[in-house]
Amino acid sequence: MAQAAIELIGINKSFGAVRANRDINLEVARGTIHGIVGENGAGKSTLMSILYGFYQADSGEIRVGGKPVAINTSNDAIALGIGMVHQHFMLVDNFTVLENVILGAENDPLLKSSIAKARSELDRLEREYGLEVDPDAVIEELPVGLQQRVEILKALYRGAEILILDEPTGVLTPAEADHLFRILKQLKDQGKTIVLITHKLREIMAITDTVSVMRQGTMVATRVTKQTTVGELAELMVGRRVLLRVEKGQSEAGAIKLSVKNLTVKDSRGVTMVDNVSFDVRGGEIVGIAGVAGNGQSELLEAISGIRHAVSGEVMLDGKPIDLTGKADPGELRDRGLAHVPEDRHHVGLVLAFEENENSILGYHDDERYLKGLFLNVDAIMADAKDKIEKYDIRPGNPRLKTANFSGGNQQKIVLAREMEQDPGVLIVGQPTRGVDVGAIEFIHKRLIAMRDQGKAVLVVSVELDEIRSLSDRILVMFAGRVVGERGPEATEGELGLLMAGVEHQEAAE
Amino acid sequence: MDIFIAIVQILDSTIRLSVPLLLACLAGLYSERAGVFDIGLEGKMLVGAFAGASAAAVFHSAFIGLGMAILMSVAFAMVHGFASITHRGNQIVSGVAINFIAAGSTIMLGQAWFQQGGRTPALQPGERFEAIVWPGADAVRDVPILGPIYSELISGHSILVYIAFLMVPFTWWVLYRTRFGLRMRAVGENPAAVDTAGISVAWLRYRALICTGILTGIAGAYLSMVQNGGFVKDMTAGKGYIALAALIFAKWRPVNAMFACLLFGFLDAASIRLQGSPLPVIGKVPAQFMQALPYVLTVILLAGFIGKAIPPRAGGVPYVKER
Repeated sequence: MAQAAIELIGINKSFGAVRANRDINLEVARGTIHGIVGENGAGKSTLMSILYGFYQADSGEIRVGGKPVAINTSNDAIALGIGMVHQHFMLVDNFTVLENVILGAENDPLLKSSIAKARSELDRLEREYGLEVDPDAVIEELPVGLQQRVEILKALYRGAEILILDEPTGVLTPAEADHLFRILKQLKDQGKTIVLITHKLREIMAITDTVSVMRQGTMVATRVTKQTTVGELAELMVGRRVLLRVEKGQSEAGAIKLSVKNLTVKDSRGVTMVDNVSFDVRGGEIVGIAGVAGNGQSELLEAISGIRHAVSGEVMLDGKPIDLTGKADPGELRDRGLAHVPEDRHHVGLVLAFEENENSILGYHDDERYLKGLFLNVDAIMADAKDKIEKYDIRPGNPRLKTANFSGGNQQKIVLAREMEQDPGVLIVGQPTRGVDVGAIEFIHKRLIAMRDQGKAVLVVSVELDEIRSLSDRILVMFAGRVVGERGPEATEGELGLLMAGVEHQEAAE
Repeated sequence: MDIFIAIVQILDSTIRLSVPLLLACLAGLYSERAGVFDIGLEGKMLVGAFAGASAAAVFHSAFIGLGMAILMSVAFAMVHGFASITHRGNQIVSGVAINFIAAGSTIMLGQAWFQQGGRTPALQPGERFEAIVWPGADAVRDVPILGPIYSELISGHSILVYIAFLMVPFTWWVLYRTRFGLRMRAVGENPAAVDTAGISVAWLRYRALICTGILTGIAGAYLSMVQNGGFVKDMTAGKGYIALAALIFAKWRPVNAMFACLLFGFLDAASIRLQGSPLPVIGKVPAQFMQALPYVLTVILLAGFIGKAIPPRAGGVPYVKER
């Protein structure tokens, strides 16, 4: 086996209470393309930022070419021949390609000689690797594919032998991505070492030699790409969690409560996140949406709950349309019986600085029950909060406590109690048990099934496959913004894993 | 010929009046191009004016005065940097604080040191920057057209005027032809790109602020040691803010900045000249209106006549590494 270009040994990194990387070991062989896969938030980018000197590890050792090194700044990394193509390009938009390439690598206080040198060097790189780009073009006028090429050129200009690419295809069209892969293969043939970070398994299978899988800040496995399958990688990525199956009876699906037709949503960059999605949710059933994080589930949830603008399509609530311009009044949707437990409870679901009782009526605070004339009826609110605390077993049971002081699981119960106790006809739940301990998971699942049994329509989006399988009466799988399959609760993990990786979809498309 | 002479005289005072604006405007250009908003130009000019006039009066040297003006102005720029770069404070708040400290401390120290109600002693010849008469200026004075232009407009200004106008091509050269300029422009647009290129964002911004301090120091020295024979309280009279307006008007470019400042200087000069004299068609215009004219025009020009002015994209935002 070739000598290791990079070795990471026992890397740890925390941001406050969040452990982004724990005890990571990684070895990347020289002259190979090494993939690192994992869901959003698995810690891939953090790990690479440590290697590039953007962050410092709390503990652990980095070896480059077999020698232990200290990488304290990006300068150190550049000097060791490490280059990085960031997910969000580190380019100055109103500079020319040349100016961006020489920034920080000027060889003289005056620009003239640096520009001349860069011009001939770019010419050479262009011939050698097929990286054509007009050196005098202004960055903001170039398409993203070319901007990315400038990032690669920047790294090569600095003499990078090891190239790290962070989610390089996220902003590219399929054709641009294919071109990028050809370039990467060519770089590999010239002896460069490439580390490719992605959550797209198809890319891993297409281009890498070796692949490492990260999950929740740990490195769970390293495989030779040829000896593994998409299914195995998907399983490793999503992970199995020990989860008690909640007892539930047969569902008695009633009338259609929520109907989504041909919904298409684009993000702020104009990339299609939800692509022509249609489905119905009936009263008395739980529909689960499975998928690897980042395949459009979040945007779908936001569009249905009226927060995000949809490009086209319609969403009907009890047969009447919902305003999809992104300007829907959430209060009106609540009045119509739509309750929403958002994915991100810290930013969307709760005001952490508020007391528990205030959060437990947030959004419903202009309901008559909580008002006394112009003022809040504090007694009624406190009684209501105590009632919910008892019913949902929220601990500690003190409605005056600041919400930030509750644990993640109990914060989630506060949101669930608030939304469920309004007796909505349709309940939309994003990541019901993210960051919630096992005991609370079971409780939350029981509550959701109780809602179903009362004849409510429940839509659950989760990246936890076990959760989806345990709760859902029907499972929809999302990949690349589309619903690529529908299965019953009896579907196996392997079957769903393949759908989530887009494999069947890919085959069908070809 | 009277009208011609009048025009030359107005243009001559245009130059004199636009010099402090130009210096302050270029000062702001350095810091804002590096991504640090600087509303404290006014305060730094005031500090420079006071330090310059005081030192010149005490040490009987115009150049020691100029040196002190620059030194104190740079010191205040560093305070702004410490608050807004090192401690990532709000740049507007820090700038306003500097203006208040400058206004108060100059009066207080002036009174404590010189006991003249906040003024500094009137500067004697040798303690001020004198006008430089160019060779042959007197000889050609009577040549029609070109004579007055040479002797009035080009010749007969103090060294600081020539420095101010030389700073325009110099700033352009620094900005577009040097490594420092490239990095400075980059740090004002996308500091993360500078950081990942292995360059210190903070040190780069501090150096830009040093440039700012030097220029506001010269601007202050010009006010108290050239335009006036000593320091008078609040003598900057809003010039720092007009300079900021000119900077926006100039879209953060040095040559545009010169023309913007000349325009504001011209409006100022015209308003002084036209005070009390009747205008054709309109008749006699109140002096207050003429005095307000530059400011009214500033508002109008900024509101609608300059097109889209895109500030440096990272302006006003302290740099924090993203998670």
